Amino acid sequence: MTAIDERALKLDPEEARRVRQERLERIGRWVLPLAIMILAIWLWDRICVWNAIPQYILPRPAVVLSTLYNDAGLLFSALLVTLRITFLSLLLAVVGGVGLAVLFAQSKWVEMSFFPFAIVLQVTPIVAIFPLINIYVDNQTTKLLLCAWIVAFFPILSNTTLGLNSVDRNLRDMFKLNGATRWQQLRYLRLPAAMPYFLGGLKIAGGLSLIGAVVAEFVAGATGQSSGLASRIIEAGYRLNAPRLFAALFLISLTGILIFLVLSLISHLILRRWHESALKQER
Amino acid sequence: MIRETVAQAPASDIAPILLALRGVGKVFSNGVTALNDVDLTIREGDFLSLLGPSGCGKSTALRLIAGLSTPTSGVLDWRGGSPDRANIGFVFQEPTLLPWASVFDNVWLPLRLKGISRAKAAPAVKEMLARVHLTGFEEAVPRELSGGMKMRVSIARAMVTKPRVLLMDEPFAALDEITRFKLNNDLLELWQDERFTVIFVTHSVFESVFLSNRIVVMAARPGRVFDELAIGAAYPRDEVFRTSPDYAALCRQASDVLVNAINSTAGSHHDGH
Repeated sequence: MTAIDERALKLDPEEARRVRQERLERIGRWVLPLAIMILAIWLWDRICVWNAIPQYILPRPAVVLSTLYNDAGLLFSALLVTLRITFLSLLLAVVGGVGLAVLFAQSKWVEMSFFPFAIVLQVTPIVAIFPLINIYVDNQTTKLLLCAWIVAFFPILSNTTLGLNSVDRNLRDMFKLNGATRWQQLRYLRLPAAMPYFLGGLKIAGGLSLIGAVVAEFVAGATGQSSGLASRIIEAGYRLNAPRLFAALFLISLTGILIFLVLSLISHLILRRWHESALKQER
Repeated sequence: MIRETVAQAPASDIAPILLALRGVGKVFSNGVTALNDVDLTIREGDFLSLLGPSGCGKSTALRLIAGLSTPTSGVLDWRGGSPDRANIGFVFQEPTLLPWASVFDNVWLPLRLKGISRAKAAPAVKEMLARVHLTGFEEAVPRELSGGMKMRVSIARAMVTKPRVLLMDEPFAALDEITRFKLNNDLLELWQDERFTVIFVTHSVFESVFLSNRIVVMAARPGRVFDELAIGAAYPRDEVFRTSPDYAALCRQASDVLVNAINSTAGSHHDGH
């Protein structure tokens, strides 16, 4: 038993091993995925060379990179269009999702009555709804926004509703005892309590709004009116311009990653002082 | 059913009656009789403990007094009519703090809900924090505090509105003994300075004897008042009292009554449920 070690500052072998393990894990978390990624790209390049695959079928990574550079003007202006739809729809998803959740939280009856509609909207594939939207809505941006919003608002609505309803019973009693109004209870208790849930939903919605925007463009692109990244992909596909296709794909996925990272950072900054999910594990 | 009334005069008999429960009963929708025909008087300045086994309705009684629940039968007779909410402070078994708010903001909350600004509330909040020995922790969030400190914040929050009655529902049950003793001492000190009324729910004989001037022993199934004890020992009570033969004798007396109360329950299987 080495419960009380006389040489308090010297770590016993078990603790030293744990420290070493932790350090290795910290480094590995970054180095490993990076190494695998580089290996995969290298392998991709080699496969192209070994099999002499033509560029219009599978371009080499370097070609994709140079296309990204050469077509930058075209691609980035398209990216801006897609980003605009993505962020606008995310904003609307936040406003709509939280707004509806707050409305639902006012009364069980409202929630029971209207929540099923939200689920119907969520489970019906957007591609199937779009032709209808195409008929009823004229404005191109509105069309795309509506599409992306339908995809993105549900996780926010569902998570925020859950959060607003999972307030500690004693805290609710405490507010009642102090004569809190409905509004005060919402503002000082239920909304802050729902924050971790909302942020979880936001992270999902961020990715979904990008997917929604791209899918909407794809469907709308069939009518040839869109100018976002998705339409560039369709166009490149028609012209067998595989390098540009890959470059556009790369931009979309990079955007998705960035959105996720930014939302994760926001979530961490808001929750870091108090919520379990943001706390470092102690011991 | 045994129902004894103690003739002994409680120390606070001269004080005016603050609240009288007359024939109070509570039956839940699932058919459980939580309280049956409870008569109880609470006098101004009392430190009254409700002592009893689990399921004796002591927490239900506290919720009725707090106005968080309404009785099925009987009345709660407040002197001068039903008290406005500001006159009741409530301390839960858990600290029940807002985890995202600082210590200051947690204590400020009852005042904030009355529309008192941070600046206006600051002196009262600071004073209350000083009373519970938490000066310097204003900006800490609950998770940075120990269990005892969280409970101090909870007490400060309940007391910041200067309520006439402080209701406490097994507030120290989850704390370790050393912390509990310290908080017992501090609570008594606060009570002696401010002279508010305390109704303290506990299942600890030792804690109830140390703190209260009156102990109401309750029995379970159905929840009812079994007996009442006056604890005449003089205040201030301190560590000397805690180890005195007098204290031990009072504890034995209270313990006997509690055992009788437990045995009085039909079937008397003490399953701690």
